[in-house]
Amino acid sequence: MATTQLLKDLPVSKRLAKNIKRNFIERVIEIILMLSALTAVFITVGIVYILVTEASGFFSDVSVFEFLTSRQWSPLFEDAHYGILPLISGTLTTSFIALGIAVPIGTVAAIYLSEFASHKARETVKPVLELLVGVPTVVFGYFALLFVTPILQKMIPSLPTFNMLGAGIVMGIMIIPYIASVAEDAMRAVPMQMREGSYAMGATKFQTAIRVVTPAATSGIIAAYILGISRAVGETMVVAIAAGQQPTFTFNPLEGAATITAYIVQVAMGDLPHGSIGYQSIFAAGMVLFVLTFLFNIIGHLARKRFAERY
Amino acid sequence: MAKNTVNPDESLIKPKTLEEVRAMIKSHKRNDFIFSCIGLLTIVFALLTLLILFVDLVMDGYPKLNYQFFTEFPSRKAAHAGILSAWVGSSLIMLVTFITAVPMGVATGVYLEEYAPKNWFTDIIEINVTNLAGVPSIIYGLLALGLFVYTFHLGQTIVTAGLTLGLLMLPIVIVSTREAIRSIPVAIREAAYAVGATKWQVMLHHVIQYSFGGILTGIIIGMARALGETAPIITVGALTFIAFLPPAPLMMEPPFISFEWLQSGFTVLPIQMFSWLSRPEHAFHINAAATGAVIIMLTLLMNGTAIWLRYRIRKNIKW
Repeated sequence: MATTQLLKDLPVSKRLAKNIKRNFIERVIEIILMLSALTAVFITVGIVYILVTEASGFFSDVSVFEFLTSRQWSPLFEDAHYGILPLISGTLTTSFIALGIAVPIGTVAAIYLSEFASHKARETVKPVLELLVGVPTVVFGYFALLFVTPILQKMIPSLPTFNMLGAGIVMGIMIIPYIASVAEDAMRAVPMQMREGSYAMGATKFQTAIRVVTPAATSGIIAAYILGISRAVGETMVVAIAAGQQPTFTFNPLEGAATITAYIVQVAMGDLPHGSIGYQSIFAAGMVLFVLTFLFNIIGHLARKRFAERY
Repeated sequence: MAKNTVNPDESLIKPKTLEEVRAMIKSHKRNDFIFSCIGLLTIVFALLTLLILFVDLVMDGYPKLNYQFFTEFPSRKAAHAGILSAWVGSSLIMLVTFITAVPMGVATGVYLEEYAPKNWFTDIIEINVTNLAGVPSIIYGLLALGLFVYTFHLGQTIVTAGLTLGLLMLPIVIVSTREAIRSIPVAIREAAYAVGATKWQVMLHHVIQYSFGGILTGIIIGMARALGETAPIITVGALTFIAFLPPAPLMMEPPFISFEWLQSGFTVLPIQMFSWLSRPEHAFHINAAATGAVIIMLTLLMNGTAIWLRYRIRKNIKW
């Protein structure tokens, strides 16, 4: 009662003034929120800008042709060579080993969890998978160097301490929960009616899973693989610890070789002066890595989006 | 014509005897059983492998996990080395990370979900957020090295590391904020508007408060990731051998609060582990295992809390 009386007594202009103030504050808040949303854009622009400017310093000394074709990478030596191929071969080899382990196991685990496991089992395993995705990678580096490699060395005596096989295997184990989790999400998203239709035709669970659910969830599963690849390619600590620091152009997993990420870590651990060619070379390597993962992420994102639209 | 073509599926069409049908069903059921065994074995194998790895790590590090380990500086003698400077550095950096990433992440999430108009501009922001979540962490390290260290001249300090991890954590906070906000029914907002609340009042008093649990989940997961992240911090230039503590943020005499610690050199837990792991002596590997056990326990604890929180929210809140 009292407030209505109060409002009536106020002259209109004051109420209007209050509205103007209110609208102004609303507007300011909206702009603040928008600016913070723009940070995401600034970060991307910042990444591209820093990589391009620093790498352009590198490419003013090194021809792009040599960068892409030379099979030697030794920017820090007196006899300097600047071919990115050894780092790429190391990156690809470790990533392929990792995927060779993570893709089959992750897929089977996802199919089982989505189609076979009881509700209770799924509700128990799913959080555990999510928990495992969060384990820091440096810890996996420890496993690769001091647990898996010694076991491998017993089987293959000629294996050096730093090798791509051990690093790749551990990286694969590391990615399994991730691939299983994303692929399972994709399979769960397939509408129940499709399964029911299949069961009604007399198909078994296995037939339904392989011939109905998996094809329907293909793009989601592929997205899981691609995001897995992107993770493997960008993974740093496992390879920096266990795969070796020597850039060698080889696809033999029994040898040690540096990856793009391991090279960046190796240089950053030392103390290179700002602006030297060694300093710039990590940005050139970083640019290659950024482009690679960017491509994978975009493809994975599109595959996932296409999947989300279909159902 | 039709008589001459051989139907490849003839065997399927041909009427079968009861025995044949029963045999078929039996073999299908067997396939079902075999696959469910394989699936179960796969999951058990994967989880068991990881369990063995963790147990091995804790067993290796166990002898070092005592009070002294947490109160000693790193040392050239493995037996005396501890992680004091590492956990202090990690805590301080987490503080900076939290302060930078949380307000910005929540603000971005609210903007994208509630304010942003549907146009190309918003699309660009969304694509950027999605992409940033997939950029390898070491690229953030390069960004920080070029931008914070050499362009803004912040140096290789706690504030640089904190900001770097803040950027890394930002997409996680944004995505979880958006998901949490999306699950709040429109009716809540309409009720608030109906009694005359402005948009921001609706956000502050209702939407953000009701989605708080979901946002918190994202924050904890992001912090856990930032805590275990090594590569970007190495790139920024963390030192591996730090035998001092940053200046204390709180003092006994006025002005009580000091920000000098922001400018201090630092090391963090994962870097301490990495540096011990890179040494050839076995004694240091035990230190690394102990540090790893500490990191794993911290991150599992944080992620576990977050996941538990999320399941509780899903179970308890039905709009």
